[in-house]
Amino acid sequence: MGFAHRHLLGIEQLSQSDITTLLDLADAYVALNRSANKHSEALAGLTQINMFFENSTRTQASFELAGKRLGADVMNMAMGASSIKKGETLVDTALSLNAMHPDLLVVRHPHSGAVDLLAQKVNCAVLNAGDGRHEHPTQALLDALTIRRAKGRLHRLSIAICGDIAHSRVARSNIMLLGKMENRVRLIGPPTLMPSQISEFGVEVFDDMREGLADVDVVMMLRLQKERMDGGFIPSEREYYHRFGLTAEKLAHAKPDAIVMHPGPMNRGVEIDGDIADDVTRSVIQEQVEMGVAVRMAAMDLLARAQRSRTAADESYA
Amino acid sequence: MKTLFTNAQLIDPETQSEHNGWLLVENGTILAKGREAAPQGADEQRDCQGFCLAPGIVDIGVKIGEPGERHKESYASAARAAAAGGVTTMAIRPDTSPAIDTPEALEFVKRRANEDSAVNVLPLAALTKGREGREMTEIGFLLDAGAVGFSDCDAVVTNTKVFQRALTYARSLGALVIGHPQEPILSQGAAVTSGKFATLRGLPAVSPMAERMGLDRDIALLEMTGARYHADQITTARALPALTRAKRNGLDITAGTSIHHLTLNELDVADYRSFFKLKPPLRSEDDRLATLEAVASGLIDTISSMHTPQDEESKRLPFEEAASGAVALETLLPAAMRLVHAGGLTLAQLFRALALNPAKRLGLPAGRLSKGAPADLVLFDPNKPFVLDRATLLSKSKNTPFDGQRLQGKVMATYVAGKKVFG
Repeated sequence: MGFAHRHLLGIEQLSQSDITTLLDLADAYVALNRSANKHSEALAGLTQINMFFENSTRTQASFELAGKRLGADVMNMAMGASSIKKGETLVDTALSLNAMHPDLLVVRHPHSGAVDLLAQKVNCAVLNAGDGRHEHPTQALLDALTIRRAKGRLHRLSIAICGDIAHSRVARSNIMLLGKMENRVRLIGPPTLMPSQISEFGVEVFDDMREGLADVDVVMMLRLQKERMDGGFIPSEREYYHRFGLTAEKLAHAKPDAIVMHPGPMNRGVEIDGDIADDVTRSVIQEQVEMGVAVRMAAMDLLARAQRSRTAADESYA
Repeated sequence: MKTLFTNAQLIDPETQSEHNGWLLVENGTILAKGREAAPQGADEQRDCQGFCLAPGIVDIGVKIGEPGERHKESYASAARAAAAGGVTTMAIRPDTSPAIDTPEALEFVKRRANEDSAVNVLPLAALTKGREGREMTEIGFLLDAGAVGFSDCDAVVTNTKVFQRALTYARSLGALVIGHPQEPILSQGAAVTSGKFATLRGLPAVSPMAERMGLDRDIALLEMTGARYHADQITTARALPALTRAKRNGLDITAGTSIHHLTLNELDVADYRSFFKLKPPLRSEDDRLATLEAVASGLIDTISSMHTPQDEESKRLPFEEAASGAVALETLLPAAMRLVHAGGLTLAQLFRALALNPAKRLGLPAGRLSKGAPADLVLFDPNKPFVLDRATLLSKSKNTPFDGQRLQGKVMATYVAGKKVFG
């Protein structure tokens, strides 16, 4: 097992084997999470701090639960309310954090690259829980695990990602991960919600759901942010639903056993029809949430192990 | 008092020639130059040891933090940096806080410059009050007080009617207006140029087309008003045809570009390195090459440092939040020498853009080696290699994108009106 990374900042830095290593370990944690005694001591004695500069309930809860299941001491800092408002810079925040000796730092920030910046200044492992429109690696990993378990493999699949690609860090991380694992990735959405030159990322781009969904194995829907709905990027919510909302009729163009995914929280009746979201034969949305905890346990476990082996190496060298 | 510079590689942008020779200076003014048989009877002789002697750089668009941000750059520190970089004239930007938009503020600037600067300082004044794009400044009074041009810098005058009137008024006084060609709404909030890199990094981006749209608007206004206009930074290939047409149609238009847009591209931002955050943002390699070619052909007239000092606090932030701009007074010439060493420009072409053209545009006799020109000179070794350490910069702010980079070409001495100010 060679997971030599100091931080988990993005999918960009991971190799195929890093991803496989992580997913394999996550599989084991799925089993643990389903057993009666859901506790491990993998992170016993370590301190995990969750710093969310942007509101999040689900991701933060998932990281918190992951840390607690592994025996870490977990602390949540809601940064939106405190120091940033008082004018403290991110680097100052990092310096005061160092004084608390955390081992794992989970960070979400509204600006792309902010987590990278923080990682340069702290002396512990940093996990990116989403930075601006850049990356959200644990989301892509949990999506990958969900796909692998549902489809039995994570290569040579045809996967459609639909909706607001331009503003989505989930989309970017998924495009990179699924590409690295040698899948065919299709992007479907209105051109106003496509980032520039996205076709150079080895993906096919469609602005018609029926064409884009033709014969895909996986349909991944993205959340449309409320503030993008009126007039700025798309004419209206109802026109968006008509053209890009996932309905049974549109889903019929995909393979009969195609699965439906959504990172949550869903806007029923905007990007996805409620009945499809609830259809247990197609939707794996609940399973994604379950995989989220396992993937985050695996990621933190691997980073802690890498940290321990580095410390051991330093000590034996000394 | 006569000073004879001998054994110099003379770079003459007027005749576009480079040759070994001598230059005679009397009382701060160039008296003569030649190839052979140096004249006798000089009071002082300086052997240039075969190094390059060129007209000192005339830099349009230097930001100094006075008033308002003296901790970032003062007249004294900027002047030291300029002298060390071979810059003998700085046309300084009015985007201070408060803006230089009244004759009184201009007087302050001139007084501070006189006290603390060994190199020439020429103030630009704001075109509109507070650079807010609503009311024009007292262009007449400011001209009388010594403003050499009018610019709202990177604050584009969004209201076209206001801009049209300011251009019309400036035209009647023969004042030079320096514009920032950029479609202001399209470029709002942008940190990088749109494209593959911006998408990869998830940063808010502006299409390079916004520059062409801004230039097109300004050119249309020049056709209406006949004003004297200089575009501060042209950085994209798509803007060049419009510039060519405007010049061919006889409009009084010139254009500049920044040294960073000639020597760096968008990929240099790499992992969110905020020292590479500029306004306009760095462009694609294709745009860089097209801009360089336009400088070589003379379509783009001037190269500026666009010296913009920023302290660590305003740079050490997430990329989107970090301040824009880079210091460049001291790195302007070494960075530009990269273009010469790579075969993109000759030394004569380079000094046409660094010295002759900006001096002409500002109506100065400097920027040339001909008789009667002020002896503002830079002596430099074009080949001397060094690794830049930003801690050694004389600017108060150290926000250079060239930290740790190998550069080739070093200033050995700088003269203003025949007087040595560096070396």
